[in-house]
Amino acid sequence: MDINRQQKAPIYEALEEFKKRRVVPFDVPGHKRGRGNPELVQLLGQKCVELDVNSMKPLDNLCHPVSVIREAEELTADAFGAENAFLMVGGTTSAVQAMILSTCKAGDKIILPRNVHKSALNALVLCGAVPVYVNPEMNAKLGISLGMEIDQVARAIEDNPDAKAVLVNNPTYYGICSDLRAIVKLAHSRGIKVLTDEAHGTHLYFGENLPVCGMAAGADMSAISMHKSGGSLTQSSILLTGKAVKADHVRQIINLTQTTSASYLLLSSLDISRRNLALRGRESFARVAKMAEYARNEINSIGGYYAYGRDLVNGTSIYDYDVTKLSVYTLDIGLAGIEVYDLLRDEYDIQIEFGDICNILAYISIGDRIQDIERLVGALQDIKRLYSRDRTGLLSGEYINPEVAVSPQKAFYAEKKSLSIKDSVGCISGEFVMCYPPGIPILAPGERITKEIAEYILYAKEKGCSMQGTEDPAVEYLQVLA
Amino acid sequence: MQMWFSEYHTVNVKLDVRIEEQLFSGKSEYQKIDVFKSYEFGKMAALDGEIVFSDADEFIYDEMVTHVPMAVHPNAKKILIIGGGDGGVAKELIKYPFVEKIDVVETDKMFVDVCRKFFPEVACGLEDPRISMYYDDGLRFLRGKNDEYDLIINDSTDPLGHTEGLFTKEFYGSCYKALREDGIMVYQHGSPFYDEDEAECRKMHRKVYKSFPISRVYQAHIPTCPSGYWLFGFASKKYHPLNDLDAERWDALGMKTWYYTTNLHRGAFMLPKYVEDLLEEEETR
Repeated sequence: MDINRQQKAPIYEALEEFKKRRVVPFDVPGHKRGRGNPELVQLLGQKCVELDVNSMKPLDNLCHPVSVIREAEELTADAFGAENAFLMVGGTTSAVQAMILSTCKAGDKIILPRNVHKSALNALVLCGAVPVYVNPEMNAKLGISLGMEIDQVARAIEDNPDAKAVLVNNPTYYGICSDLRAIVKLAHSRGIKVLTDEAHGTHLYFGENLPVCGMAAGADMSAISMHKSGGSLTQSSILLTGKAVKADHVRQIINLTQTTSASYLLLSSLDISRRNLALRGRESFARVAKMAEYARNEINSIGGYYAYGRDLVNGTSIYDYDVTKLSVYTLDIGLAGIEVYDLLRDEYDIQIEFGDICNILAYISIGDRIQDIERLVGALQDIKRLYSRDRTGLLSGEYINPEVAVSPQKAFYAEKKSLSIKDSVGCISGEFVMCYPPGIPILAPGERITKEIAEYILYAKEKGCSMQGTEDPAVEYLQVLA
Repeated sequence: MQMWFSEYHTVNVKLDVRIEEQLFSGKSEYQKIDVFKSYEFGKMAALDGEIVFSDADEFIYDEMVTHVPMAVHPNAKKILIIGGGDGGVAKELIKYPFVEKIDVVETDKMFVDVCRKFFPEVACGLEDPRISMYYDDGLRFLRGKNDEYDLIINDSTDPLGHTEGLFTKEFYGSCYKALREDGIMVYQHGSPFYDEDEAECRKMHRKVYKSFPISRVYQAHIPTCPSGYWLFGFASKKYHPLNDLDAERWDALGMKTWYYTTNLHRGAFMLPKYVEDLLEEEETR
């Protein structure tokens, strides 16, 4: 990384320059620097609406970048140690989908763990590729899916030598990493591309003593949620590619679905955040890791909670752990994670990232302060004092091995009928069901609905998880293949 | 030359105080600390641009958070002051001969050092041998405490600043846990007059009302506070602030005060109708 070059923020600088010229807008957006929408200015501020401008020569165009956006992408590639980088404005969803659409066509196989984000499975619906699932090992106590074991990946490749790509979560939402270097080595030896979903891994590129990042491990493509640990605005993201990927083709794929009116608020936020990470990322993430570690120790000393960390690492299914994550197991105080999540918000004005059946996850980032950590720890202690109860009757999460009956695309477009969740057992699902967050499907199109899956969905609903994915807004009926 | 200190009480209302000179300005890990010498209020300490106390009105606040619970609790021996870095509350408490131990927990050491230097007549409260000083986060300090204190005084002023954590349900819950079975907690309740303050005031009462069996609010006039009107909270596991007031016992101590009397004690709990109404609304929510 060229640290002198990284001082630049070309999109941001071009916007500042453009503002000084006081150009009269006879182009879109129609609010014309906010004048046409005073209430919006009241809400967002003059500075913000002034930056909401259209693509033009001095500001480049995201669909075909030749000047400042191109330079910003080059700087991004340099900062992340990638061959090429693409600024994305459709969320990391668009980056994940661009990875899959760039490597798989209809009927192609892709090896992936089942605990992928729904954006990956949506890409299969779009392109018609067929998933080959590597069953992630479960931690039975914590009820979470772990990483992909190298032996399992090897077996999947052995059984499917024609697979086009392997997709790896690096890390998972909970901070768990697979042996990425070994997976890359193995896949590349068989001519298979490796895609890393690094929605929760921006910081791995800049922090020290953290798990290896996709590009450093030799992955071919990586989807990076800059707006999570990177500090940019929500919905902005980055796609990285390695040496063996044709960048011009990837651009074509991205342009299939990307807006032609990319927001300069998002683009400039990516530009500034990249600069910030390149210049100060190391110290920032050292501080984040320290805060997370402090919180872990404090929470563990309350008793009843289990805030896990590197102690989980086992060399295979948990090859490494991202210590900036703060996941806490709550079942021992007799509360499901989602119940603690709701209590924290409703009773203590603390919003955490998510709660699942057994755990909560608090997102610690460069914006956190130690006094807020004290609040979180204090609230967890108070919840234990006031709300803890006997844990009987609480389900622990379990991995339900999916049976892929037909491809996601075929199932999604098939003739369907609507059945209640209970009655749908034995049928093939035509849609997704998931708790959001984390947005990992419990059921994906093309999978057979088992009794365990139906019960799990009903239990998660009862505990207060926000369910989505189904056509039925109330998530009482499922679309199944007719 | 004229120098004025402006403190915004709302975006549309400010209090201007003419300044003779600025005695100190510094930035700690937590906040900006300023000390001014003013013509009207004497020396004033400001945190993040807001006056926290001044020579002229410090006595009102310090007396009201101290003597009100002390005249109710029959035997407060072990006391915790949270955020009492200026020493004003400690200065009042050490006047009680039967108090055995006072723990003062303040996050910001620089604030204590500044008070010791510029307000020695207030900070002298921290020099008593019964005082133990802890530089720590209030919530963190409370975490390990169970059934330990007779009285907890939350001396932090700003529910929106770095002490935000001391105006939360987790804080009140932690205090409850740290108090003995007949313990009392007294805390800043803000000012109910301006809309933006009213919301905070309501929230506080809602949280405390749920956390303690007895939760009453009392008032005082403090000129440098927004609208000059300030509320305090009295939360208690057993003693009622009026029914259990032992005026004779307190009067017999013969303590010299400038604001507090046991007569005023009773009056302080008689609130204006609009304040009563908003508190009651929160109790029935």
